[in-house]
Amino acid sequence: MSLDYVKFAPGFDTFMPKEYRDMVEQGPFGKKTTVSQMGSFKEILEEHPMCAGCAMTLFIRLAIVAFPNPEDTITVGTAGCGRLAISQAAIPFVYGNYGDQNGVASGLSRGLRIRFGDQPKDVVVMAGDGGTADIGFQQVLHSWFRRERFTTIMLDNEVYGNTGGQESGMTTRGAVLKMAPLGKKFEKMDMVSMAKIAGCAYIATVVPNNPRRVESCIKKAVLIAREVGPTYIQAYTSCNIEYAIPTDKVMEDAKTVEDDRYKFTEYVSEDAKAYLADRYGYKEFIQKPAAALTKV
Amino acid sequence: MDTTAIIGTKNKKGQVITDPRVMMNDAPRTPSFFTGSEVIKEAVKRANVDIMVAYPITPQSEAAALCGELFAEGYIGDYFRGESEFAVMSQCAGSAFGGARVFTTTAGPGTMRAMENFPMWAGSRLPIQCIVTCRGINSPLSIQPDTIEIAYLMNTGMLVWHAETAQDFYDWILKGYMVSEEPDVHLPLALCCDGFFVTHTKDVVGLTPAEMCLPPYDPYRSPVPCMDMECPPVRMMRDPFVMKSNYISYATHASWQQEVWAAAERSRKHTIAWLDGLIDVEDGDADILIISSGTAVSQGREAMRLLADEGVRVGLVKIKTLRPWPEEELREATKHASHIIVPEFNVIGWMAKEIKATIPNSERVVGGPRVCGGMTLPPEVIVEEVKKAIGMRSGVLAGRGG
Repeated sequence: MSLDYVKFAPGFDTFMPKEYRDMVEQGPFGKKTTVSQMGSFKEILEEHPMCAGCAMTLFIRLAIVAFPNPEDTITVGTAGCGRLAISQAAIPFVYGNYGDQNGVASGLSRGLRIRFGDQPKDVVVMAGDGGTADIGFQQVLHSWFRRERFTTIMLDNEVYGNTGGQESGMTTRGAVLKMAPLGKKFEKMDMVSMAKIAGCAYIATVVPNNPRRVESCIKKAVLIAREVGPTYIQAYTSCNIEYAIPTDKVMEDAKTVEDDRYKFTEYVSEDAKAYLADRYGYKEFIQKPAAALTKV
Repeated sequence: MDTTAIIGTKNKKGQVITDPRVMMNDAPRTPSFFTGSEVIKEAVKRANVDIMVAYPITPQSEAAALCGELFAEGYIGDYFRGESEFAVMSQCAGSAFGGARVFTTTAGPGTMRAMENFPMWAGSRLPIQCIVTCRGINSPLSIQPDTIEIAYLMNTGMLVWHAETAQDFYDWILKGYMVSEEPDVHLPLALCCDGFFVTHTKDVVGLTPAEMCLPPYDPYRSPVPCMDMECPPVRMMRDPFVMKSNYISYATHASWQQEVWAAAERSRKHTIAWLDGLIDVEDGDADILIISSGTAVSQGREAMRLLADEGVRVGLVKIKTLRPWPEEELREATKHASHIIVPEFNVIGWMAKEIKATIPNSERVVGGPRVCGGMTLPPEVIVEEVKKAIGMRSGVLAGRGG
């Protein structure tokens, strides 16, 4: 593996646009970057066609900055707002058919393992709540049951944003939306519990207004998926258009929702804890000596 | 990767990587008595397949299960069961994006359930091979042979071949990879056969040595950037392709679709070399021709013999590839024919329509006989159709108004 792919081809050096030059010279490839440095280096994702004030875009930016090895990462997505931004990032992006992102990621992850052996090649699915909990539900769940080693991130804006505001399985009960003219009739799907039952080794629920937490979750999820098993992150990424959240209140809304019904939760399986501790030195998961545990 | 450099070396299973032309044309053949499903296994055994994704549906379930045995024996790099045909084809797509040689199988309703993936495979230039063991797809339910699903496959951008016999099947699985993986082609292949007639009957098939295998797939010969993180930032899909009100995006998408079909056209030269032409012709000078593909060809051949006994000379054209469609070959083969009989195992007669659209004076084409829903196509039915076309009294089928 090398970083050659972000370098200029000989002879084209002088013709590269400034944005590309900035990315090669100041981007995060091959470096350890953190969200606290955002703004001080050229990000992989810069321009995108998302709505002003979109919380999903902020989350996607944070997630991409948090990838442990962006140069070794492929993202997979499906129809939805998120895809419009993810496909603009300077890392490979696969778009298959409606809702089949976890099927494609299953094959992709296996294909890369056959081709590259033990070299870590990270596959990260980022898809909306419609793609993950509705049309792609079967493939999502089965990829977890099969213990496919990649990360699934749900960009949960609780609505079909890209098609104009229809109810999804992740919409909260009672919400009046297109195709739910009398209010949604059933509860928001409990994907976290299903992820746990289906065998995900790491599960977290986050909102985008805590960048360091998002970064920490993404890093852990991607690292665990390399060897231990499937990982799942569910992120509240409000649709300020369909839910009429004023642009300057998007983060305030995220905080309110976090305090109310989208609290930060994190589940790490015992295997995953041991793996993070042994392989990557995560201190919080290093087993304390038995003597220390008994000493009060 | 220099393919020639690995010829003579061994793969993980210990098979000798062999020049495909030597393997298919010169290597000794062992006559073996196998079902079509077992023949699929034997071909895959020698195809150096990286990943096979499986899902049960009659009549292909047995073939998919037998490939699982190959995985257990170490002939296939990875093998797993998907949760539906749509999922399987998505998993195949991902595997191919990852640079693997991919194989899968399906049939009838499964083909239709997976249909959204096939144009995506072609558009993404993924040289996946999918065996389609045709069966009825319509209601009321039938699991018996019926080739109606081929009509849908023909417009997906995939290469579509239609095998007549188990021997065709064996050879074409291996040759199929060679054609579809050519850099100027790089398209998926739907290799069809008539379910049960080919999959569940036994036939003597000449097999190449099991210790020989094809060279592995080289993803770096792909005409689109492969997902190796080594080349400039790749986007398999960017929003200009799908954003509305953007003439450039439409033009980009349209030109790419044309490129996919152009790639199928470019497969002709490779296919002609590997399959010895896109069609086979027997007694092509005859005034009456039977033209078909798959096992309808076998029935046509028997009808030829029956008609010859009655002094009626009939020629036969076997169409091997439906995509690319053998336009020039058919125009040449039919230029002297006054009557063209097209027996088919489906109700809509897609082959007769294709032939009518290809040749001049298409009123010569008799769209039939057709059987569907799993019925057999006795040669006598074809004989009757020939006689009717030429105004000859038919007493072959008692009780049918000869």
